[in-house]
Amino acid sequence: MHIIQQLLFILCSGIAVFFFAKKVAEIRRNINLGRDEDITDNPSARWKNMILLALGQKKMFKRPVAAFLHLAVYAGFIIINLEILEIFLDGILGKHRLFAPMLGNLYPFLIGFFEVLAVLVLTACVIFLIRRNILKLRRLNMPELNGWPKSDANIILTTEIILMGLFLTMNTIDLVLQSRGVEHYTQTASFWITGNFTWLYSNLSTATLIGIERTCWWLHILGIFLFLNYLPFSKHLHIILAFPNAYYGKLIPQGEIKNMPDIQNEVLYMMEPDKAPPATDAQPEHHRFGAKDIQDLSWKNLLDAYSCTECGRCTAVCPANMTGKKLSPRKIMMDTRDRMEEVGKNIDVNKTFQDDGKSLLNDYITTEELRACTTCQACVEACPVSIDPLSIITQLRRNLVMEDSNAPQEWNMMFGNIENNMAPWKFSPDDRDKWVEELAG
Amino acid sequence: MAEYAASGETPEVLFWVGCAGSFDQRAQKVTKAFATILDKVGIKFAILGKEEMCTGDPARRAGNEFLFQMMAYNNIHTLNGYGIKKVVTICPHCFNIFKNEYPALGGNYEVMHHTTFLQQLINDGRVRIKEGGAFKGKKITYHDSCYLGRGNNIYDAPREVLAALDIELVEMKRCRSNGMCCGAGGAQMFKEEEAGTTRVNFERANQAMETGASIVAVNCPFCTTMLTDGIKNKEKEDSVAVMDIAEMVVASLA
Repeated sequence: MHIIQQLLFILCSGIAVFFFAKKVAEIRRNINLGRDEDITDNPSARWKNMILLALGQKKMFKRPVAAFLHLAVYAGFIIINLEILEIFLDGILGKHRLFAPMLGNLYPFLIGFFEVLAVLVLTACVIFLIRRNILKLRRLNMPELNGWPKSDANIILTTEIILMGLFLTMNTIDLVLQSRGVEHYTQTASFWITGNFTWLYSNLSTATLIGIERTCWWLHILGIFLFLNYLPFSKHLHIILAFPNAYYGKLIPQGEIKNMPDIQNEVLYMMEPDKAPPATDAQPEHHRFGAKDIQDLSWKNLLDAYSCTECGRCTAVCPANMTGKKLSPRKIMMDTRDRMEEVGKNIDVNKTFQDDGKSLLNDYITTEELRACTTCQACVEACPVSIDPLSIITQLRRNLVMEDSNAPQEWNMMFGNIENNMAPWKFSPDDRDKWVEELAG
Repeated sequence: MAEYAASGETPEVLFWVGCAGSFDQRAQKVTKAFATILDKVGIKFAILGKEEMCTGDPARRAGNEFLFQMMAYNNIHTLNGYGIKKVVTICPHCFNIFKNEYPALGGNYEVMHHTTFLQQLINDGRVRIKEGGAFKGKKITYHDSCYLGRGNNIYDAPREVLAALDIELVEMKRCRSNGMCCGAGGAQMFKEEEAGTTRVNFERANQAMETGASIVAVNCPFCTTMLTDGIKNKEKEDSVAVMDIAEMVVASLA
């Protein structure tokens, strides 16, 4: 009997890892659809950011309630994984509570600690569900979340509750079976939480209990395998990508916009023609100004999109969004990911990307949204995992203005004024220092 | 600046006035206030005068990189031609361009925003504030501009200047790195807002008025305009004033 369970387990884990790896490769390919961007500078500052922001969750604490609950789930997730290691080895080797003899008195202490975490995770997830579905927090109930994103969030929370429930039930029954001296159930001291609930099952027969315990064990580990494979399809992928994303986050001041060297050179050659390289017959590589689709964005922009867990801290502080405009930085990230997935599927089917007549700009993100941005960087500052929605917005704006000459009339007037009067307003350049006379007079 | 160059003298600092400071009537008052302080302290400063041009900030943020590069080329040409090393400006947008975006184009200057400059002058004892000045004990709130605050992490210098004026600083709920935009950045100053439930400047002005402060201290000519309009919208312009920190300092000089 045990050997069949072991073989079955090895098969299940193999399948789970295979499909996960396949999806990871696909995501990697999609991220690499983006423009190349060298982000290898200053590794020590980057490691520091990763440790503070991803591991230490520094920016989460701007909202203390959510931060505490999130920390509980996060710590629970990471630390309970140690227990999963034991369960995994149990599955392969058929040796129950493998670590118990090695760790001695420490073992019940550790399991007790995991149980406390499991209860914290369970409670936090219930509170999260309440915040989303009953209290209806504004930032978790905005129009861009309708449909799949809301279901995604509820699936994640429910799954975690179920997994924790199974873990706790499994331990409780394990204790009952231990007390009856059933073979295979290694003797340990009582566990902190489940030790208080053994009475729940004391009336059931040993065979029934073994049945329930095994079912819980299998559902728990299969649930974990399924959850692993659910991750890449879900916003929950942030639990992995938060780390690289924080590492590759912007180190330069937030106010800085990336230079466009090709346009810089074009202006230089125009002003100083002697510096221009000699004309050749070679056709310059086709190259878009700004970004129209995901391939024009940098790979970091695309990594940002996959790292986003749609928490909406960016949108909650966006002045445009707060005052009822259509712009939502979170939607910018969600649209980028959706379009990236669409392009990825196109490549899966056609080997290389075949023009589908769509683009991120216009089909996903509208000019109205882009125009409403004040470039105030509140969204960049708010993101706990160093996502930069503003970078995508400014690149799309560049495309609108430079390739489509699509700017509101007032902006065209402003451009004209800068060009002709060297100021965004229609004043005579001769009056620029008029204030000096007024001050002297 | 041309006059300094002609006489072979070098000024201590170049005062980059900016378009708003040069042309906008309200911002001109800030320009004059800051120039008065510099004069009074005896700092040898120059302006480019008619040679100054828009830095290109609104063009770049609207997406018109070509126009930005043209302006940048011309300005850097002028500044490098005069051998300018140190720049001070009353506009956080110009400040950000000088500090973060001109270096990539060959324009390397030590640049300071006027609030940092004033803070240093006060710390060095070059600017002396009179005891029991006009703002002593007054309830004043301070609005962080995006490009000074989040953009460049300057939160304390302006607050230290305010502290030197002996005011009672009442912070808005959204301040410092969580400060809310006035609505002018990203070239919004030059166009109508998109359709929404309210205007950004109305919202921010309301937040400022909720503190009960009689003065909203600012550091940016665009914030000044936006918040003033927001206060007028609530017809509170008689009880709540919007003042640049330079204006507050000039009124408090010993």
